[in-house]
Amino acid sequence: MRINFVLNGEPRRVECDPDRRVVDLLREELGLTGVKEACGAGECGACTVLVDGQARLSCLMLAAQLEGRELTTIEGLAAAGQTLDPLPASFVETGAVQCGFCTPGMVLSARALLERAPAPSRREIRQGLSGNLCRCTGYQKIIDAVELAAARGRGDEPWPR
Amino acid sequence: MAKVILPADMGQLWEAMEAHPEARLYAGGTDLLVRLRAQAGPPPALVCLERLEELRIIEERGGELFLGAGATHAQILEHPKVRGRLPVLARALASLGSPQVRNMGTLGGNLVTASPAGDSLPPLYVLGAEVQLISRKAGRRLPITEFIKGPGRVDLNPGEVVAGVCLPKSEGWTLQHFEKVGRRDALAIALVSLAALLRLSSEGVVEEARLAWGSVGPTVMRAPQAEAALKGRPLGLASLGEAAELAGQALTPIDDLRASASYRRRVAGNLLLRLAEREA
Ligand SMILES: Cc1cc2nc3c(=O)[nH]c(=O)nc-3n(C[C@H](O)[C@H](O)[C@H](O)COP(=O)(O)OP(=O)(O)OC[C@H]3O[C@@H](n4cnc5c(N)ncnc54)[C@H](O)[C@@H]3O)c2cc1C
Ligand code: FES
Ligand code: FES
Repeated sequence: MRINFVLNGEPRRVECDPDRRVVDLLREELGLTGVKEACGAGECGACTVLVDGQARLSCLMLAAQLEGRELTTIEGLAAAGQTLDPLPASFVETGAVQCGFCTPGMVLSARALLERAPAPSRREIRQGLSGNLCRCTGYQKIIDAVELAAARGRGDEPWPR
Repeated sequence: MAKVILPADMGQLWEAMEAHPEARLYAGGTDLLVRLRAQAGPPPALVCLERLEELRIIEERGGELFLGAGATHAQILEHPKVRGRLPVLARALASLGSPQVRNMGTLGGNLVTASPAGDSLPPLYVLGAEVQLISRKAGRRLPITEFIKGPGRVDLNPGEVVAGVCLPKSEGWTLQHFEKVGRRDALAIALVSLAALLRLSSEGVVEEARLAWGSVGPTVMRAPQAEAALKGRPLGLASLGEAAELAGQALTPIDDLRASASYRRRVAGNLLLRLAEREA
């Protein structure tokens, strides 16, 4: 089946089985290994992607559902990261990354949150990230990172260098 | 490889269902795709309902509020008619899963899954929801108490889909309450949940009480004895304590790996006491 969608800003036409899970399509056919799979059952958020700007789980989505959608993965955000998106750098600076397995999903959930709420409280950040599990950091530094990125996004905090 | 069909309108949906009578329907996939993955054997053909705008409508219809089966939990939560006016439903949906699960999962999926722990269900029971079904040729409508027949069992015929849920005009509830007890705040299945609607007189006397519990029986459980114990009396710890006792006797929870029956029974009753703290 041929599927047309926009991947990280670029129109794509992909030949693939319609029932292929989006996480498999991204990792195995398209080489976007920033998308992680842990539970494969909706519980951990490691496979989070943005579909038309909304956080969704690529382990519970089939390739056919991508038709006509705009998909953003961490690769799309990182490419923009130098200039546009303050999240990746803020995660690194605050020590919000340890093993890094949860990080792509965390950053994308945070991105979706900041679109809706540019100045979230810590409680709102916790709720916004409540679908993403981290086994390393204890979460506090992740919340710090999102707060910092939010302030930078609003222009309240200087960007590094 | 299995076929995945995404009908764009109702005509295409009926065609797909007739051409593939064996196909499974899904909307958000947060129940079905998890179940299919755990299952052996060749995958079935799938018909995905996510593109059907007709199923995503949320609107007032002749005094009733219609919530389309294909509306996601996030979409319902954001709707002004729900957020401001139906806190009992809004609180329940806000506790369902996680942001991602609420962006994907739908009201129709929660209904048809008919889990005893389905978070939308206790609010829909106390609100007196009716379920609207449609097929190519006809429609029918029935109370949610008849639609849900048991755990995972609903009154849905082949060729039918759930169009949505109709909520009657608000009956002037003074107090709407929902609370869910789970192992953590997000991504936790309810060990016990309570939805409550109370109408109080200006003197604080309970005129009507509707109570429904999740996860303490095969489906959502009501306890008419407990409701009767509240009615005609001032809302306070005395009447609530009595109702809690009666509720504990009426409910039929089970032991499972998440909690024991006796814990669930005790908590189900005690959740009522919270109503004393709530501003009427
Ligand atoms: C990680 C995780 C956490 C969860 N947490 C919760 C929770 O806290 N509380 C809770 O209640 N649930 C929870 N769920 C379960 C699930 O998300 C909800 O039940 C959700 O509402 C299902 O909706 P869906 O559209 O994804 O269903 P789907 O998986 O698409 O469908 C479920 C069933 O409903 C049928 N169906 C769907 N729509 C229709 C329709 N319009 N007409 C006829 N049949 C239809 C399908 O054929 C299928 O049998 C969780 C799931 C996951 C993966
Ligand atoms: S891998 Fe998708 S939620 Fe865990
Ligand atoms: S950094 Fe290791 S899981 Fe979050």
